[in-house]
Amino acid sequence: MSDKILYSLTGLFDTPDEIIAAAEKVQSEGYTKYDVNTPYPVHGMDSAMKLPMSRLPYVAMVVGITGMFLALFFMWWTNSVDYPLVIGGKPYFAFPAYVPIMFEVTVLSASIATVVTMIAIVFKFPNNSHPLMDTEYMKNVSVDKYGISIAADDPKFDFDKVKSLLESLGAKNITPIYYKEEDLNFKPKTFEPKFVIAMIVLFAAVSAVTYITLNKLMYLPPFDWMMEQSKVIAQERSDVFEDGRGMRTPVEGTVARGFLPYKFKNNPEAAGKYLVNPLAATEENLSLGEKKFDIYCSPCHGYLAEGDSRLKGQFPSPPSLHSKKVRNWSDGRIYHVITEGQNAMPSYAYQLSRKERWAVVLYIRALQRSLNAKESDLQ
Amino acid sequence: MSDSPDVINYTKKELPSNFVKFGYAAFVAGLVLVILSLFVDNVRSAFSGVMLLMFVASIGVGSLFWIVAEYLSGAVWSTPFRRVAEFLGAVLFVLPVIALPAYFNMHDIFHWTHQEVVKSDHYLSAKAPYLNVPFFTIRSIVFIGIWVLFYYLITKNSRLQDSTKDQNLTRKNIKLSAVFVPLFALSITFFAIDWLMSLEPHWFSTIFGVYYFAGTVLAAMAAITYIVVTLSEKGYFFEGVKADHYYSFGALLFGFVNFWAYIAFSQFLLIWYANLPEETIWYLQRWEGYWMYFSIALIFIHFIIPYFGLLAQPSKMSPKRLKFMSLWILFAHFFDIMWMTMPTYQEFGYIPGWIELGYALFAIGLILVVFNWKASKENLVPVGDPKLKRGINFRL
Repeated sequence: MSDKILYSLTGLFDTPDEIIAAAEKVQSEGYTKYDVNTPYPVHGMDSAMKLPMSRLPYVAMVVGITGMFLALFFMWWTNSVDYPLVIGGKPYFAFPAYVPIMFEVTVLSASIATVVTMIAIVFKFPNNSHPLMDTEYMKNVSVDKYGISIAADDPKFDFDKVKSLLESLGAKNITPIYYKEEDLNFKPKTFEPKFVIAMIVLFAAVSAVTYITLNKLMYLPPFDWMMEQSKVIAQERSDVFEDGRGMRTPVEGTVARGFLPYKFKNNPEAAGKYLVNPLAATEENLSLGEKKFDIYCSPCHGYLAEGDSRLKGQFPSPPSLHSKKVRNWSDGRIYHVITEGQNAMPSYAYQLSRKERWAVVLYIRALQRSLNAKESDLQ
Repeated sequence: MSDSPDVINYTKKELPSNFVKFGYAAFVAGLVLVILSLFVDNVRSAFSGVMLLMFVASIGVGSLFWIVAEYLSGAVWSTPFRRVAEFLGAVLFVLPVIALPAYFNMHDIFHWTHQEVVKSDHYLSAKAPYLNVPFFTIRSIVFIGIWVLFYYLITKNSRLQDSTKDQNLTRKNIKLSAVFVPLFALSITFFAIDWLMSLEPHWFSTIFGVYYFAGTVLAAMAAITYIVVTLSEKGYFFEGVKADHYYSFGALLFGFVNFWAYIAFSQFLLIWYANLPEETIWYLQRWEGYWMYFSIALIFIHFIIPYFGLLAQPSKMSPKRLKFMSLWILFAHFFDIMWMTMPTYQEFGYIPGWIELGYALFAIGLILVVFNWKASKENLVPVGDPKLKRGINFRL
């Protein structure tokens, strides 16, 4: 007992009325360092102990309002700024639809903030070393008794006086609570065997449950029903049609909407004669042509179309596009070569749209003119 | 706590004289304006008559609901004040009288009473088996009849208990209450549909009955709170009546302010989302012209101001705040009923005038006169109720 220090003197009561009367009496006697422990919040205790208004509601309010505006900002940003999508014919910023979410986020953030603030800051979690912890007194007030504890460091504290005060109030089990100096600085060890074993068991249990859920349970009926659907799956044989294809090919001779087939197949002369470039030589079209030329044509023909391939030696060298032959070709003739290919050059119809092909033709014309300028260009 | 009396000594007191005088003054002034309005603008007066009916019905049937709720939930804190609700509920007896003028002006008020319109209108002819004058009359008589009947049965037992102190009467009232609740739910829903929703007979809203119910119980609770706090401050109740009782009134007011907002917003959100013409018409009417300002004001008057007015714990206990907020909520409920009724009378906005003021005065006066009349005959406290003592000693 010698190294034990007195923390407080505690007493237990049976009813909430008694504990309120006791708190009022202790308060009026002038004690300042006392606390009341009850199994549930007893109404009227704050006024009996003359406690000031709790500041916790401000935390709830500030965090709640912040959460509300964060939710609003998030929905505004995603739905009407970053990725605007028309949903149900509503405006991008559909405020009424946001109200329920704003409400939920307000309530969620406010309540979490309140609980976390209360436990972490007000109760100084984990606070393992509080002298009242692990005492008979605490066990009683956690179940069905109402307790009051008057601390020994209270300026008015006097063991006998406090004891008689508690007795006069009708307290039962008046017990002093002691603690040791080293208890106060007690820090639980992280690698205690008990804790380590508990952690290992927890880890194993969580892993096992996760594994069984994701790898076994999901493949048992009825959870696997969604996997067995008679739908077309990419790269897999479909049982719907005899040929095993999921998609049907269009009927021979089908013409896509707004897209007539190329009329001059295997007929370069006619293409050169009848096709006319529909694009004007604007800056926009020329830069589109430049971009596409640099991507698809320049690897073989070279950036300046001189036939100086970057792939020299690996492919047969392509001709220069500055030859007299090509210069004298009509736009439609060049277009035909891009569309159908020629000799070693494949068709670029799949890589380049019709407009892009014409734009490339425009750009080739510009390149040709750069080496063989007319008199009039210099003026 | 221990200082409260074991034996209840109740001596009957007259109500404060200015309380009584104010009631009669409002009643007479209102009556004069109402009668005058009948000659000046008969149609507008008829629409105001619907507002009067719905407001008085709110107070009456809402009070009956709170009586029933006390019996069914076994609440003790409200027992000392149950008579206030019982006196307020007595306005149910005058409902038929104030429904009559509106009944005689049905052609002006209800579009669906015009046979030739109904015949040429697909929706109205489809609704005709429900919306026709004979069935409407029967329904109104049945609903008001149910309310008056149960009000009579429950308060008779309660009065009888004052002298006999028979605990079985409480048990009987609990049984009556259990029978009443489903009838109440149906009757108030259809009453609201008949008298308010059918003003716009093309409209569909499945939540409308709940919307009117939310306003009704809130307004009745506000009326009870105002009278209880006023009389309690003048010492008409017991010493033991303190902040804990006030807090319960404040918490119920606060709760039902939120309930009203929740229901009102639900109704709006579903209609806004679905965007069907037969549903949106009602809100569009209330978004045209001046009505837009009324709609926006309703959010503030009926929700935001009472919400912040009652949010903090101390404001639920302060008598001053409670009295102000309950009067405010009564005003908000009248405003709500006006918002539901008047766009049918005048589209693109309207300015409340002396006719509506007269009807509002008449409503206040009528309720107070009935209250005074009941209070002069009966005890203000149910002295024979077995829960009374526990009710006085109630602590949160």
